[in-house]
Amino acid sequence: MSSHYEAPIREPLVIGEKSYHDISVDVGAPVLGKANKSWWIVFTIALVAFLWGLGCIIYTVSTGIGVWGLNKTIGWAWDITNFVWWVGIGHAGTLISAVLLLFRQKWRMAVNRSAEAMTIFAVVQAGLFPIIHMGRPWLAYWVLPIPNQFGSLWVNFNSPLLWDVFAISTYLSVSLVFWWTGLLPDFAMIRDRSVKPFQKKIYTLLSFGWSGRTKDWQRFEEVSLVLAGLATPLVLSVHTIVSFDFATSVVPGWHSTIFPPYFVAGAIFSGFAMVQTLLIVMRKVSNLEDYITLLHIEYMNKVILLTGGIVSIAYITEYFIGWYSGSSYENYTYLSYGAATGPYWWAFWALITCNFIVPLTLWVKKLRRNIMWTFVVALVINIGMWFERFNIIVVDLSKGRTPSGWTMFQPTFVDIGIFIGTIGFFFVLFLLYARTFPVIAQAEVKTILKSSGQRYKRIRESGESLAGAAIDERTSGKYVSGEDANQTKNNE
Amino acid sequence: MYKLSGKLKLFSIVLMVLGLVGLTYGFLNTPSTVEDVKEILAAQESHHGGEAAMSEHEDTNKESFVDQARGEEGFADATMEHHEQQMDEQHHGNHLEHVLHQLQTKPWSATLVSAFFFFMIALGALVFYAIQYVAQAGWSPVLFRVIEGITSYLLPGSIIVVLIVLLAGTHFYPWQNEELVAGDKILQGKSGFLNFPFFVIRAIIYLLGWNLYRYFSRKNSAQESATDLKPYRKNFKISVFFLLFFIVTESLMSWDWFMSMTPHWYSTLFAWYVFASMFVSAITVIALVTIYLKSKGLADFINNSHLHDLAKFMFAFSIFWTYLWFDQFMLIWYANMPEEVVYFVLRIQEYNLLFFGMLVLNFVFPILILMNSDFKRVPWFIVIAGIAILVGHYIDIFLLVMPSTVGLNWSFGITEIASISFFLGLFILVVGTGLSKVKLHPEGNPFIEESEHYHY
Repeated sequence: MSSHYEAPIREPLVIGEKSYHDISVDVGAPVLGKANKSWWIVFTIALVAFLWGLGCIIYTVSTGIGVWGLNKTIGWAWDITNFVWWVGIGHAGTLISAVLLLFRQKWRMAVNRSAEAMTIFAVVQAGLFPIIHMGRPWLAYWVLPIPNQFGSLWVNFNSPLLWDVFAISTYLSVSLVFWWTGLLPDFAMIRDRSVKPFQKKIYTLLSFGWSGRTKDWQRFEEVSLVLAGLATPLVLSVHTIVSFDFATSVVPGWHSTIFPPYFVAGAIFSGFAMVQTLLIVMRKVSNLEDYITLLHIEYMNKVILLTGGIVSIAYITEYFIGWYSGSSYENYTYLSYGAATGPYWWAFWALITCNFIVPLTLWVKKLRRNIMWTFVVALVINIGMWFERFNIIVVDLSKGRTPSGWTMFQPTFVDIGIFIGTIGFFFVLFLLYARTFPVIAQAEVKTILKSSGQRYKRIRESGESLAGAAIDERTSGKYVSGEDANQTKNNE
Repeated sequence: MYKLSGKLKLFSIVLMVLGLVGLTYGFLNTPSTVEDVKEILAAQESHHGGEAAMSEHEDTNKESFVDQARGEEGFADATMEHHEQQMDEQHHGNHLEHVLHQLQTKPWSATLVSAFFFFMIALGALVFYAIQYVAQAGWSPVLFRVIEGITSYLLPGSIIVVLIVLLAGTHFYPWQNEELVAGDKILQGKSGFLNFPFFVIRAIIYLLGWNLYRYFSRKNSAQESATDLKPYRKNFKISVFFLLFFIVTESLMSWDWFMSMTPHWYSTLFAWYVFASMFVSAITVIALVTIYLKSKGLADFINNSHLHDLAKFMFAFSIFWTYLWFDQFMLIWYANMPEEVVYFVLRIQEYNLLFFGMLVLNFVFPILILMNSDFKRVPWFIVIAGIAILVGHYIDIFLLVMPSTVGLNWSFGITEIASISFFLGLFILVVGTGLSKVKLHPEGNPFIEESEHYHY
């Protein structure tokens, strides 16, 4: 699959004088070491936010949906906005691990683990909203087609909300399995490197007795490829189905055939922005700058540019077809002249600024390779993509077909509190993950070290032999120079 | 070095001549007066003599389209037939006038379908080529000369398509009928976009943009050398901007040339759907031409791993096309809004077999054949799947154009076959000549060595 020859024009993906051993050490360090003070501070903040959100959820469920800012016209607002936002964020993970695997992008190996973790934690947050926005969440199990005592009363399979149930639950399960499979060799590495008996016990359990035999690796690769092949249509279909929630309706602005691919592109756009936000911090605090390099950040910025471009074309299409349709109702949709000048003008311009204008700066190579600027742009996109969903949902609902139903939406502290709670919960999970899981797929990075590692590229370019170059004195005990290794090989 | 053989040259010229003869026949054989139409309909009636029960029903259908599900003429044909109805009213409600117009449009439509089909292959190949550059693909540089050969059809192909589109007038585009627009509020509202001068300007911009990229990328790529990275970098840059230009112009082109054939109807996904069809057909043709060249022993540097990758793209983009087809169809079917659903009502009622048969060719067949990774390396399998895909996407373009222009009065006969024959001949001739201009093995691309050693 990946030959050892690589065009000299390609930049290295692992920088520094890294050997296989170094990778194990660097990846294992955060797991085997102790958390520092700043970790605890951030964790506490996240935990408090989570608990506050939990309180808001309990308050909503026990008192009633009326504690939210919804009204009779706008029955969906922050709840579904947050739901779509979180699901969208979750898409980058699967894109990185599945689609980029199919496209044989070697750079994905340093970022896929964290992206997948992000997917799973984001989908968990998303999964909360379909439940808690129900009026009677304790009857949520009725959405499942289970034989029952109401004369076997079943669900209607015509509703995209039901498709959502299947889509999200399948997505979460497949992502989890995909993620965990990839973790097996890495857990095994931590298991073998940990010295504390309790820790060793835990990672023994987690790694399912992985011993890394040839046959295991063969099947491991096959499974990864099959799962990637399945996860790719899955990732497209999940956000497609989320988009059907709107597009199947007859609400002006919602009923649009471009929604499925456009939502998927938007999901990747926002998901990559979130990956950037997290990894730019993570590479710093976990000392992984040699693995998550500037090149990785630039590549991710390019994906952001691409998907941002697709989303922009979709915006233009929506705007144009809204006009072209000649329908007077289309003048109040989220991308229309009416929206730009109406009561939600600020939301419209927030969307245009954050998703279109600011990401355009990434066309400049200097800015694309500037970590601080990337971080800012990524944050701005996260905000912008929240506004996109808010606009689609709230702006379109606020001015429907009958003017007597026109109204505005005002969130309450509970709406906001739950959203903050999910952000807190997300970071609680992510912070715990960063301390206990190997955050870089070390087994995979080791497969590209010789083709794309800076050290090996240098050796190759200077015309020396790679034989013996991987030997590390810390593991072999004795330093063997390249020449000696050649000698040994020749003797054999 | 490939050389277009005399046999193939002769074959393509024969195809073109036969095609031209057939097309001339098609254009000359259209009825010119209402009386002719009466005769044709009478002939059809006597032909259906045995099925008297059917014929009455069919006749009403032939004259004006009835939405069978709704059982009315109202909404469903409003957009489609509005143009003709208005004309009919002026001619004292004569439905024959309407049939006459459709029959006169038939050879135009048949020509456009084939002309666009072969043109979109060249354009799609150009997009694939640009993507390979931008993505810095390590596997595909060995294919660059093959792809450039295919895109050499872009210049003649695009000029012909643009000429057809610009000359067709009200045959295709009801909004070019001033009388009609004067009586139609919706069309007046669109006239800021749907007006002839702007339409011409846009078409010329697309034409120039696509062909300029093709010209310069070919030039740079021929200059690539191992020591000088400049042409490569130039190509990289222009490819990025071409893709940007393409995504915008492709959308506009689809709205201009196809969506505006039924000017009341609209779908936001439409342009991307057209793109999917274009892209998968182009990749298929790249694979087929590669297999042909390999069978001649001219492309031994292209191994079966490269074929495997191309077949994977055929497989993946067949699914992608189906995904977009389903999105557009399902959302319109689900909401069932009268102004939109007419598009599919007409296609399902009157083109049923083609409409659903195309799904078998474009989706079911390739997915079954190309699922297995061993099969994707067998040229024979790729050819079989490729033919199905190409036929399927020809039908796709046919369904894009025919229902909107000739409506119920469609058929697949001499004119249609002749137009395929003509453009196939031209395509073979131009691509064959394009391929024989330079050595098939590209040198100097910075990824060429990776590509030669590529093994999956």
